[in-house]
Amino acid sequence: MNKQEALLEYCLRLGDNSLIMGHRMSEWCGHGPILEQDIALINIALDHIGQARNWLTLAGEIEGKGRTEDDFAYKRDAHQFRNLLITEQPNGNWGDTIMRSFLFDTFNFYLHQVLQHSKHERIAAIAEKSLKEIQYHQKYSSEWVIRLGDGTEVSHQKMQNALDDLWMFTGEMFEADEVDQIMLAEGIGADLHQIKDVWTDHIREVLEEATLKMPELNWFQKGGKQGRHTEYMGYILAEMQFLPRAYPDAVW
Amino acid sequence: MSKKEWPLWEVFIRSKNGLNHKHVGSLHAADAEMAIENARDVYCRRNEGVSIWVVLSSHIVASDPDEADALYEPAKNKIYRHPTFYEIPKEVGHM
Repeated sequence: MNKQEALLEYCLRLGDNSLIMGHRMSEWCGHGPILEQDIALINIALDHIGQARNWLTLAGEIEGKGRTEDDFAYKRDAHQFRNLLITEQPNGNWGDTIMRSFLFDTFNFYLHQVLQHSKHERIAAIAEKSLKEIQYHQKYSSEWVIRLGDGTEVSHQKMQNALDDLWMFTGEMFEADEVDQIMLAEGIGADLHQIKDVWTDHIREVLEEATLKMPELNWFQKGGKQGRHTEYMGYILAEMQFLPRAYPDAVW
Repeated sequence: MSKKEWPLWEVFIRSKNGLNHKHVGSLHAADAEMAIENARDVYCRRNEGVSIWVVLSSHIVASDPDEADALYEPAKNKIYRHPTFYEIPKEVGHM
């Protein structure tokens, strides 16, 4: 794999993480537990979609074959997506959604903090622009984890269940493959070992305040970054891609 | 389990530095942090503000509408309380 190929993969991973997170959260639209939180969650979903647009547009430029952000979002099949498995997991209950966001947002925040200093100018610019939004995402989901974890007996149990269920999808975030290694060596990408340390610190701190127990699991699911997805991915694409596939070139 | 509504909060937004916070509406939230964040999402979506205050609606003390006559009528016929009531002597010039 050469640098250019790794760069394209890297941008697709960033873009697909945002796109699939944004899509999952958008599924809450009109179903939030209370009007104010419905708006809050959809605001964040829109932040993710906006970030996905930037990354996928950049991916198209790097690839140089004329593919647009829409081509990447709507005209690829599941095995061509590079998002982390955690982003495609089902919304479940409100606590499941919050826990998924909390684990991902924390990773995303520290990743972008490093990427804003990337040697690749465009990557640095997009990361810097996204960081303010992501900082808010992390604050929002962290506060909710504390509120529900340290809430009632029922909310505590639901949050612990959500954490235990999602934990096996966190290892993939920090597993550096060839793409990550090339990007790190070029000064473009982040050192995932370092990110794991700060991620673990923040997660531990919040979980403690939330009176939740950090799982001791050491076996993790992986494959999303390489295009091997869980069974949920196909259903997500079926809904997300239906309109542009059924009505090509439809406009608003 | 009893189903309790989240408390109501009043929201005040400062549109830019130097101006005062103005009441813009109200919303429900479980705690103060959530109230600020909800206010940000509900009332600052289109760049409306640079600062937010929230206060529990139950902490607002309001005047009694039934006492409106006693409270506000007397001020209506006291025109000498407005500066325009007074003629400024020429010697003073522009104030």
